[in-house]
Amino acid sequence: MREHILSIVWLTPLVGMFLLILIPKEKKELIRLLANIIGFVGFLVSLPLVFWFDMSTAEFQFVERLDWIPSLGAQYHLGLDGISLLLVMLTTVVGFLSILCSWSAIQDRVKEYYAMFLLLQAGMLGVFFAVDLFLFYVFWEIMLVPMYFIIGIWGGTRRLYAAIKFFLYTLAGSVLMLLAILALYFKHIEEFGFASFALEDLMNVSIIPLEMQIWLFWGFFIAFAIKVPMFPFHTWLPDAHTEAPTAGSVILAGILLKMGLYGLVRFSIPLFPEAATAESTVQIIAVLSIIAIIYGALVSLMQKDWKRLVAYSSVSHLGFCTLGLIALNPNGIAGAMLQGINHGISTPLLFLVVGIVYERRHTRMIAEYGGLANRMPVYTVIFAISMLASAGMPGLNGFIGEFTILRGVFEQNVYWAGFAVLGIVLGAAYLLWLFQRTMLGPITNPENEKLKDMNLREICVALPLVLWCFWIGLYPKPYFDILEKPVAKVVERVRPGYFERAGIPNPLDATIVRAELTADGVAKP
Amino acid sequence: MNLSFTTTDFFALKPVILLCLFGLGILLTDFLIRDSRYRWLNGLTALVGEAFVAFAVWQHHVHLSEAGRDVVALSGALVIDPFSVFFNWIFIASTILAILISVRYLEHEGEHRGEYYALMLFAQAGMAILAQGMELVTLFIGLELMALSFYVMVGFLRDDRRSNEAAIKYLLLGAFSSGLMVYGFSLLYGISGSTLLPEIARAVAERGSSDPILLLAMVTTSVGLLFKISAVPFHMWAPDVYEGAPTPVTAYVSVASKAASFALLLRIFLVPLFDLSELWIPFLGAVALATMTIGNIAAVTQTNLKRLLAYSSISHAGYILLGLVAGNQTGLNGISVYLLVYLFMNFGVFAVITALRREGEAAEEVDDLSGLMGRHPGYAILMLIFMLALAGIPPTAGFYGKYFIFLGLLEAGQYLLAIFAALYVAVAAYYYFRIVKVMFLSEGQQQPASLVLSRGITLTAVVAGVLMLVIGLYPEPFIGLASDSIRLAMR
Repeated sequence: MREHILSIVWLTPLVGMFLLILIPKEKKELIRLLANIIGFVGFLVSLPLVFWFDMSTAEFQFVERLDWIPSLGAQYHLGLDGISLLLVMLTTVVGFLSILCSWSAIQDRVKEYYAMFLLLQAGMLGVFFAVDLFLFYVFWEIMLVPMYFIIGIWGGTRRLYAAIKFFLYTLAGSVLMLLAILALYFKHIEEFGFASFALEDLMNVSIIPLEMQIWLFWGFFIAFAIKVPMFPFHTWLPDAHTEAPTAGSVILAGILLKMGLYGLVRFSIPLFPEAATAESTVQIIAVLSIIAIIYGALVSLMQKDWKRLVAYSSVSHLGFCTLGLIALNPNGIAGAMLQGINHGISTPLLFLVVGIVYERRHTRMIAEYGGLANRMPVYTVIFAISMLASAGMPGLNGFIGEFTILRGVFEQNVYWAGFAVLGIVLGAAYLLWLFQRTMLGPITNPENEKLKDMNLREICVALPLVLWCFWIGLYPKPYFDILEKPVAKVVERVRPGYFERAGIPNPLDATIVRAELTADGVAKP
Repeated sequence: MNLSFTTTDFFALKPVILLCLFGLGILLTDFLIRDSRYRWLNGLTALVGEAFVAFAVWQHHVHLSEAGRDVVALSGALVIDPFSVFFNWIFIASTILAILISVRYLEHEGEHRGEYYALMLFAQAGMAILAQGMELVTLFIGLELMALSFYVMVGFLRDDRRSNEAAIKYLLLGAFSSGLMVYGFSLLYGISGSTLLPEIARAVAERGSSDPILLLAMVTTSVGLLFKISAVPFHMWAPDVYEGAPTPVTAYVSVASKAASFALLLRIFLVPLFDLSELWIPFLGAVALATMTIGNIAAVTQTNLKRLLAYSSISHAGYILLGLVAGNQTGLNGISVYLLVYLFMNFGVFAVITALRREGEAAEEVDDLSGLMGRHPGYAILMLIFMLALAGIPPTAGFYGKYFIFLGLLEAGQYLLAIFAALYVAVAAYYYFRIVKVMFLSEGQQQPASLVLSRGITLTAVVAGVLMLVIGLYPEPFIGLASDSIRLAMR
């Protein structure tokens, strides 16, 4: 059980999908019920990961390793560390909630809808588990197709355009990544004489000249930057997020964007440390991140469409994360990953909030609303919390993430931090203004008079996320404990001796002592 | 020189002999079938013939693995080697699939006649010669035997003007390109005094790659070969022929004829012209790049399904050529894996298109597929799998063809070509997903497509679809089957 927990977690939604397919499509209620049960079971089977997880090591845990395609050296190789643990838990929680929130929103082609969602869920979990690059690539691509359908079938009026744009952007990025993977794989064969796609093997490759390393770094980077999305690769995002059905936006914002971050911190940076620390790389990424922060915020300010505003806010928030990452110090990277999780909690909330009124009024124009607080008190509270979490109010999760990132960035470069602070101010501006325009004041549009407040199901969807916001905001220590070791490993990889020079105790030292104690060879010094 | 016909010669020729015998047999037994409803018996005869041929090829395979070395027959004109066995398997599989999707189609068109199956077997005999031939005249006979059968099959719908037009275009352009190729052959003969490929290779090696006559010979020979694989700039026939030909024939041309032409191309470039690789690698690289570019970009605007697939098959030819441009074993493995996968994915697609054909109406527009998911979800999902495979997206088998080609290019240091080839995957995904969009996303304004199905068509589509996923998820045995069947040193 424990040895195969990762397989169980990602296969649960896939098996569920096949079960779902067996039900005749007329039985919509049964399909809905089953899909929700599968989603919940998917969450339950992922819980043991938290309890069994060993925070004292930076190595991959629950490792499963089987030969898959021996002639290519591809393996079924799964593993979990602190960074992926948080993302996996986010995926199982948000994945389940997004299935739950589709109950009444989706009336057509119900069976296909839930089948696509479960397939997507399996693909996303696989991406976070895979530590073999071939397997990772396969999961990365598997995800694309269900998301294409979710946007394209159940989306808004411009769904066809948005779906294919999302698909092609991501595909173009990922084929470049494939080339980079293959080039690295070939160099590994040249150096060591055997074929392997395992991350730990590919990290040993040392014969790649710096110039080629930089090319390969960008090959990976473009794929992940498109997913994040970083300026100037962000143009698919507003379309996809706006046109997708609520649950699709939730998953896009909550999980899919995090895959870009995850890819950068798991693959791009550790695989090519010299390229990642090269002056030009750091400068380019920092500048692009700062542009994304400010540009995303300014564009959000100008949006007339509620959902599009939230979509653009992602560009700005993810800019923070990439800026933190490229600071390449413990605070920056840990902050970036934590802020990734925070964004994965608060932005889905914002999308849920939009979805709830959209389902009732079928319009997303901000001007159509106003004074909703008079009719929908519970709704207003939830929206206020998610808005403040997103804007970075102390006591809520966004603050912790932004603060840690700023600390990391400040250590690295004061000017970057200055721009980032400007972004926070703008972020507060567009979110508060949005809240004011939609919630406060008298009801100007008679249509809004008869709006009903959130029902129990909707509250059930939002409540876990709201509580999570408070948890991270008030007691983030467990998260930093989980992230500490793997982040330190990344930092040591790109900047050997960083902790010694900075005079901070190296969190990895404890690991080394421990690794000598455990003779099973799982944790390598 | 020993001119007597030995058992080895017979052993090597057995697939060809069997194909010709069964082809002639069908022509005779066709007279016995009075009632046109029983014409499918001809197809059955052809399938039995295929079983015999498959057994003969299996014997080749067994002999090779026991003897451990290639068999040379007919004074060096024919060989049995892993290359010939691999290609013969491809031809057998594609002929079987073509027969399976033809029966119902021909009944529907009112053109169900026995010679159709005979022509298929004759064409396959030509292909078998192309796979096994090691001598210029033999190869040319094989090529013409295949091409002539195809000219007739393309025009098989006698009352359909598009079919006739396609046949005459194919014939004229084909004859022209064959002429150029024979001119190239004559130059090769002229410099070596022999028509045997290994002899020519020796003469070419002696001359060195700076000799202009060799350049001329290479270019003229290539023209004919490039025409057959529909590479740019000799691709113009493909869209018209694909559109006009009976759909099963289109499938057969796009798979079997292309594979056979690649067999010839590989033999010519890897045996006699091997030492000129510094000349032909940049040449073929440019051709491949142009082929992918034109194929992919032209496909974007097509509204006719068969024309779209014609351009897509042009771009696939470009990818396959890149395996040769890489010039290493990985690239060549890429070619064989690609051809194997392409066989199934293309037949799968054409099986569905064949089923689309409605009474008295050529339902071949992309829009005719609209709402397929509502009416025939199984077929829509199969078609989705084929589209993903054609685009080369994992976990379908189509990915592995591209995987090896990309890896081969990177090993050879052809980074720019690799980047172009990779980005064209996204372009290709665009037009394949137009089909997906129509099937799954479009609201059916028109009446939803209803399919003309038969067991053969269903079987073909299901087998192809399942194979796409099985190979995609567990490719090990298939990679083993395909790799090393084409080798750099084939002399």
